[in-house]
Amino acid sequence: MTLLEQFQLLLKNANWPDWAVYLTPAIAGILLILVFVLTIIIVFIWWERRLLGRFQLRTGPNRCGPEGIFQPIATAIKILLKEDIVPDKADKLLHFVAPIIVFVPILMLFAVIPVGEGAILVDLNIGIIYIIAISSISVIGIFMASWASNNKYSLIAGMRAIAQMVSYELPVVLSIVGVALVAGSFSMLKIVEAQGIPYILQQPLGFIIFFLGALAEMNRSPFDLLEADSEIVAGYHIEYSGMKFAMFYLGEYGIVLAYAGIMATLFLGGWQGPLLPPIVWFLIKVVIIFSFIIWMRATLPRLRVDQLMSFAWKFLLPMAVINLVIIAVEVLVLPLSMQWLIIILNFGFAAALILLWSKLFTLGGGRVEV
Amino acid sequence: MLEQYGYVGILLIVAILFTVTIPLLPILLKAIGLIPQKKNPTKSSQYECGMQTIGKTWVQYNFRYYFLAVLFVLLDMLTIFLYPWAVNIKELGVGGLAAVGIFLIILTVGYVYAWRKGALEWK
Repeated sequence: MTLLEQFQLLLKNANWPDWAVYLTPAIAGILLILVFVLTIIIVFIWWERRLLGRFQLRTGPNRCGPEGIFQPIATAIKILLKEDIVPDKADKLLHFVAPIIVFVPILMLFAVIPVGEGAILVDLNIGIIYIIAISSISVIGIFMASWASNNKYSLIAGMRAIAQMVSYELPVVLSIVGVALVAGSFSMLKIVEAQGIPYILQQPLGFIIFFLGALAEMNRSPFDLLEADSEIVAGYHIEYSGMKFAMFYLGEYGIVLAYAGIMATLFLGGWQGPLLPPIVWFLIKVVIIFSFIIWMRATLPRLRVDQLMSFAWKFLLPMAVINLVIIAVEVLVLPLSMQWLIIILNFGFAAALILLWSKLFTLGGGRVEV
Repeated sequence: MLEQYGYVGILLIVAILFTVTIPLLPILLKAIGLIPQKKNPTKSSQYECGMQTIGKTWVQYNFRYYFLAVLFVLLDMLTIFLYPWAVNIKELGVGGLAAVGIFLIILTVGYVYAWRKGALEWK
């Protein structure tokens, strides 16, 4: 029973009218989600700039407030007061609608991410499928933005966005099937409850595939080809300024938060953990994943387009299928009491497969026209 | 069951209201006069600080991942069939695994063929 349903029951016992019993918890929950998401996004923006500064041996923003924590708010006020420029030749309607279409699905994702014991808006029994369906809508908004801007750089970025989405959708989806196999359910709450041992130990290969695929889906470095500053300037949001640009910027961090939450839920045991309250455990896991993503951004150079595509199709996709078959066989053959054997086996398989496969093919060299 | 989707619907409505409000804020502030508004033909041209674009932007575009898109549709079918099997694997047992194995083998043949033919290359 989720907290929301308990709240409903409480109101029902207090003899509220039916529509109020139905609506009040929903509105309260949604407002909580909005506040939660926006607060974490602000903290994330500060955390990324600060951490990136440390990686590059500088201090990062440290003037506004203690340790520069109010820097994102200062940035937000600055962006709010910027002139709102729409190019003359742009498609005005699409130019306005695109940031909305990018941002709405990201907020929708948080409906099924449990942040604590029972702290979830709706515990859909098809939670995972809902996430897969909703998360791929954003790319339509990105393509709309790039098309409406009437700019060649942004059009290239939009084409790349779709190519990237089409390629990395499959490994992500297939690696989630592995989780569903072991948990026996699509409901996010049930998946968390099924994890006595976090699935990252049980399915290391699945986690690596999901992590890399998710990194590409949220367009973070080293897969951030659609905003590659050095070649296509800023990609799809090149013609955006003011608040509309802020929406893309917020959306970028929002989707990282969403995917970090999904990863924490599916592979790291969600809100489970000893001593500390569930929400703290959830936040710790999310921040660890986010810091790891920043670390990758600070370390790895950007991939080339053809390398990016062949990495998805020739490496991640076969790996995901093999991973799936291995886990299916293990679930059927080995009893549940032999968890540790499964863990050792799977780590061995992951290491062997990655080594073998990386010997088998190269990502191509030489010059390629984009 | 359907009540839950009602919540998703309410979330959708709130999210849309929230996100529509944000880009409308500058318009409000413009009316008050807080936000500058100085029209300039150069400023509102495409890619303001760079060179003028040669030719039109909205043209037919050779996107290089046509085969990949076709393959994506095919393989996405695979995942649709895998999901119902994944949650019921215990009941379906070895028979179910064998069926999925045959299914995967057929797809693997197609995948290897596509790889050999060079459909996976970005060219």
